[in-house]
Amino acid sequence: MAPPLDRDQALRLLATMWRIRLFEERAGQLKRADEVVGLVHLSVGQEAVAAAVCLQLRDDDAVYSGHRAHGHAIAKGAPLGRVLAELMGRDGGLCRGLGGSMHLVDVEHGFMGATGVVGGNIPVALGSALAARLRGDDSVTVVFFGDGAVQAGHFNETVNLATLWRLPLILVCENNGFAEFTPRSAHTNVERVSDVVAPYDIECITVDGNDAPAVWDAFGGYLAAARTGEGPFLVECLTHRLRGHYEGDPGQYREALAAAEWQERDPILRFQRQGIAEGWLADDAPPAVEAEAADAVEEAVRFAQASPFPPVELIEAMVYAHA
Amino acid sequence: MAHELPFIAAIDEAIRLEMERDDSVLYFGQNMATTENEPYVDAFGKDRVRVTPISETAEIGMAIGAALAGFRPVVELYMAEFMLVAMDQVVNEAPRFRAMSGGQVKVPLVLKAGFGFTAGWAGQHTGTIGALFMGVPGLKVVMPSTAADAKGLMATAIRDDNPVVYLHHYLLTLEHGEVPDGEYLVPFGEAAVRREGGDVTIVATGWTVDRALGAAEQLAAEGIQAEVIDPRTLAPLDTQTILESVDKTGRLVLVDQATRHASVSTVIAGEVAEHGFSSLKAPIVQVTALDATIPYSEPLEAWVMPNEDKIVTAVQQVLGSSPVAA
Repeated sequence: MAPPLDRDQALRLLATMWRIRLFEERAGQLKRADEVVGLVHLSVGQEAVAAAVCLQLRDDDAVYSGHRAHGHAIAKGAPLGRVLAELMGRDGGLCRGLGGSMHLVDVEHGFMGATGVVGGNIPVALGSALAARLRGDDSVTVVFFGDGAVQAGHFNETVNLATLWRLPLILVCENNGFAEFTPRSAHTNVERVSDVVAPYDIECITVDGNDAPAVWDAFGGYLAAARTGEGPFLVECLTHRLRGHYEGDPGQYREALAAAEWQERDPILRFQRQGIAEGWLADDAPPAVEAEAADAVEEAVRFAQASPFPPVELIEAMVYAHA
Repeated sequence: MAHELPFIAAIDEAIRLEMERDDSVLYFGQNMATTENEPYVDAFGKDRVRVTPISETAEIGMAIGAALAGFRPVVELYMAEFMLVAMDQVVNEAPRFRAMSGGQVKVPLVLKAGFGFTAGWAGQHTGTIGALFMGVPGLKVVMPSTAADAKGLMATAIRDDNPVVYLHHYLLTLEHGEVPDGEYLVPFGEAAVRREGGDVTIVATGWTVDRALGAAEQLAAEGIQAEVIDPRTLAPLDTQTILESVDKTGRLVLVDQATRHASVSTVIAGEVAEHGFSSLKAPIVQVTALDATIPYSEPLEAWVMPNEDKIVTAVQQVLGSSPVAA
């Protein structure tokens, strides 16, 4: 299949995936070193979905996400240093250290918020899509969630209203096969998320979420339609979470992939092999892109470590908005 | 100038005036706008006035998303208990967004719900659950007791930049009152002194304000002058006005239709015990519902509810003119 993206897009896709990968691995190290103290959920292995979706969006398109949100925020444009500072509870964090890993918000780049309650903001994304309709503009709302959210009422309530009112909402499910610590088979008889929504008359597609061009292509088609006022759509991305549910999870509920199998499925290595073979990535591009991402992550670490903790006065000042 | 309106119409008047004034005000709810003749639809169209399915999580979540995007939704929930279906949205999402984003966003929305319908509506439609929400930082909680306040507090709620739980007592629905014409705003966090007196302070909310005023009339016949305070908003709560009154009277009776352990009454008792203890000449007495599910059967329902006689007895108790209840 010819790649649906040009060389510049391919390079940006690769760079974003590397930035997420190296950020997540560094965040894991900092967690083990107690510099990141809170609960963190890493998305190593799922980078293709975040990058291929968010790189096609504009700042005025709203993105919502769940507890595993670092990659989505980074791909939407959040500065690495401010994301890491947030994980470290510093004043220079996106949310001045008040939200942390599970509650990243970056309004400037249209990353409108992550939630720590699985699927809790799927209906919030519905309201964002309704707002776009009421404003009459062509902005689109995207909400990321895992397959674990699909069995909950808020998902089904949202799909019902989004389809009833035909709102410009794109639901992106990262189906990594595990809802927290439990395989999907223990939660439902319905294997595919696309089957769950079938009665609602929603256009949906299931793609290999570790195949970045496939995600780009599937999402890009729906995005173009949503810009013209169509919707909603659902993209189910079958992917694999390389690490545990949270950082420190012993992961005894599943068997690790064999190294060779992971080499085959790793969305970054796979994209590099494909890109070089197809000629839309130069042979020497991947190492340079990886090195650049590594530098950016180290710069982020320096920024976050230098940022002070927020002042205690902030706590009460943030309870209410004041006119 | 003022005009007379039933309580429920005063709320409506505020919503209509705000929707006329500000195109960003939306109105969602079940069973709304189901016919072309629905007056809100005629006035404001089906984009701004939306009928929803019985789907509280989606209704409230959607309101939050629209609020984050610059709109000011009012969600019609009918019964306060129906908000409990969407507890995650009410407690975990709406009031936390601003704080957790470090102040990047605001969530201006109104959750409008009736409560306290003690007319045989039993255990899931009669609760007084406002104090559950006053314990959630970031939420504001409004509980009007007069038609004028019903209007003025709704207008303020819609203009407020925070999520507001607006609770109107169903037994007040058809109570008439004088309502100011045109734009009328009642500020949050300012209690109203409904009756002045120097012998005892009675604090009451919602429908119990009139019960307290009735009790005060009975007590006046005995020569006891009660001061009756209506906080009007539970969050923010005007403890200053209450403390000043207690400083004057030295005696405090708290009336709340809520179950005691989830009442504004216990919160006020705690504040006065901590900050007004030296003013008190007698222990505080609370007249609340029992910590029990409201029973259906009429005499049992009446048994658990505050009423004028219980308030009178409580006042006599704090004045030392009645034996302490067992």
